[in-house]
Amino acid sequence: MTMKRTILTGLPGAALLVAGGLALAAGQYGPGASDTEIKLGNTMPYSGPASSYGIIGKAEAGYFAMINEQGGINGRKINFISRDDGYSPPKTVEVVRQLVEQEQVLALFNTLGTPPNSAIQGYLNDNKVPQLFVATGANKWNDPKNHPWTIGWQPSYQIEARIYARYILKNLPNAKIALLYQNDDFGKDYLIGLREGLGDKADKMIVATKTYETTDATIDSQIVALQGSGADVMVTAAIPKFAAQAIRKIYDIGWKPNHFLSNVAVSVKQVMQPAGPEKGVGIISAGYVKEPTDPQWQNTPEYKEWLAWMQKYNTAGSITDANNVYGYSVAQTMVQVLKAAGNDLTRENLMKQAASVHDLKLPMLLPGIVVSTSADDFAPIKQMQLQKWDGTTWQLFGEVISGAGS
Amino acid sequence: MTKGISIVSPDKVAADRYAGLSTDAWRWLGTAVLIGLVVLLPFRLSNYHVFELTMVMIYAIAVLGLNILTGYNGQISLGHGGFFAVGAYTAAILMHHYAVPYWATLPVAALICFVLGVLFGLPALRFEGPYLALVTLAMAVATPQVLKYFDNWTGGQQGLNLVKPQPPPALGLDRDRWLYFIALIVLLVAIRVAVNMLHGRTGRAFVAIRDHPIAAAAMGIDTARYKTLAFGTSTLFTGVAGALSAIIIGFVAPESFTLFLSISFLVGSAIGGIATISGAIVGGIFIQFVPNLANDISDAAPSAIYGVAMLLFMYAMPHGVVGTLGPLLARSVPRIQARWPALIGK
Repeated sequence: MTMKRTILTGLPGAALLVAGGLALAAGQYGPGASDTEIKLGNTMPYSGPASSYGIIGKAEAGYFAMINEQGGINGRKINFISRDDGYSPPKTVEVVRQLVEQEQVLALFNTLGTPPNSAIQGYLNDNKVPQLFVATGANKWNDPKNHPWTIGWQPSYQIEARIYARYILKNLPNAKIALLYQNDDFGKDYLIGLREGLGDKADKMIVATKTYETTDATIDSQIVALQGSGADVMVTAAIPKFAAQAIRKIYDIGWKPNHFLSNVAVSVKQVMQPAGPEKGVGIISAGYVKEPTDPQWQNTPEYKEWLAWMQKYNTAGSITDANNVYGYSVAQTMVQVLKAAGNDLTRENLMKQAASVHDLKLPMLLPGIVVSTSADDFAPIKQMQLQKWDGTTWQLFGEVISGAGS
Repeated sequence: MTKGISIVSPDKVAADRYAGLSTDAWRWLGTAVLIGLVVLLPFRLSNYHVFELTMVMIYAIAVLGLNILTGYNGQISLGHGGFFAVGAYTAAILMHHYAVPYWATLPVAALICFVLGVLFGLPALRFEGPYLALVTLAMAVATPQVLKYFDNWTGGQQGLNLVKPQPPPALGLDRDRWLYFIALIVLLVAIRVAVNMLHGRTGRAFVAIRDHPIAAAAMGIDTARYKTLAFGTSTLFTGVAGALSAIIIGFVAPESFTLFLSISFLVGSAIGGIATISGAIVGGIFIQFVPNLANDISDAAPSAIYGVAMLLFMYAMPHGVVGTLGPLLARSVPRIQARWPALIGK
């Protein structure tokens, strides 16, 4: 940048400025950064109950490998050290301490899971180590005042629920809403988001709520009870197995509510097909990345670029798995932030850059959705677009909606 | 009777002196050197390694608890991860909701886990071998979900973040080293208690019940009482270890206490030597380091490497490291002495 300006302006004494700039740059390194290398640490559940998410870590490693092959970032190679924590918080603490104290990483990037990230948040903030773009949908990562070294990435469950609430307020103002949610923080975030989005109408509009446990065999009785409440809008905040059951049961008992389905359960393979594709026609959900199985993207240059990367750098990954889109996109965000940090690779500057991303467009995010942060906004992606199931695929409709604010 | 003893004892006395010191003196000397080492060690290591060693000691305490129950008393438990969780959450809830100082949570966790262990031990009297293993397995499987259910107390899936203990400023120690010494003191106390108990009447009763319950009962041992006592003591140790882990990690969540933790304890116990006390430390080292080593060797299949390591250990040392090497060492010392008297002396 400095060089370009010099040439363009041709001001006398500019060479001095450049020299000064370079001299300054050489001195600006935090732990884990040097003239040749940038060390990033990461934890992933490569083993244990959540190991299906491990592919995200592999995708990220694949993306950084490509960047390195192309010459790295300002000549520096990314050394991405990704360790297994088995989704076990004590293990995460141990692994992260090792990454920070032994490996001396510059920052932690996209550590996965709400409990693992909760376990290391205090440690990383105490030691002023950036905890960048964590891989969890909980709402608590957007808290720059108390945790200035932790920043989220994906839209939180609360943001998603607020988007449904806004759609309902606008298009179904007299709705009577029934909510089925998983009895944990994931499910409760939807209840909170829905109530926030509906504002003072929440008590009037939400007529019934039911919960299920992940150990339940079926949720049939909950569905029947929710139908009995007289609701005409159904919100299902469930993981794939129970979402499929809900879709089928609602159809089978002849209930025809406007049905909203949590984004975690939109998988065609895991939910819509087992439920019966015709039974879910009309269901509305929200998304933010381009589904790799969606035919409407498959002829776009962005998809082709992603596919070429998959086939060269992430050969073990499946091209139907949206987690590979997720890993690709979040790694792109990281690369952008590193580029923005330039030659000032200190932890302070990295955190500052992570908190000053301005309307960054990523190729595999839905058109119109941007990554955006500021000093008091640590929720990078706040927009989603609604999509409707037409029996074979999810059709995007309407505008990109922001779930920011309350 | 007396004649038999008089024949044996001169030999024994002779054999028990090495380099002019009695075995007792050697033992004291060894212990003193060992304690000196573990006291000095943290000042030579980085904070991270100190933290790792602290975790080794915590696992060692938990494994020691399991050794008492499974090794000495013959009751197999696959549920000790559950008791570890109870200890951890006792400390966490007291610290988080009631602002109890961290050190005061240890005795409370000990008491609660002892009572719980005794209560658990009562129905366990009716189960033996694999059946008891199944009952305790249920405990391990249920723990994470029970923790999520009482989310007002436990913080549910989000877990509880704890305030990290501050070392007393007068000592001039940093936090990691302070916690290391707390764990060390608890470990030493635990070993002392275990030695006293297991090398006395209670220990003999435990072993008698393990080896032949009917004969033990016929000798007048109250098997029900000793079995529940073994259960209670065992869970007390493991619970205290759990409380310590909560204090040191500074965070508890249900995911910390999965079935795999219970199995790790059993693995550590078997690798170290199931009916030994010092084997617990080997077990703690195994639990802490082998999964990491496995990860370093192969990113793709760490579990396979872990499994192979386990197989190798069990194949080479079927009674565990201490259970196999201990007797070997005891046998070889007199042999070495006979061959190279100058080395050890007489």
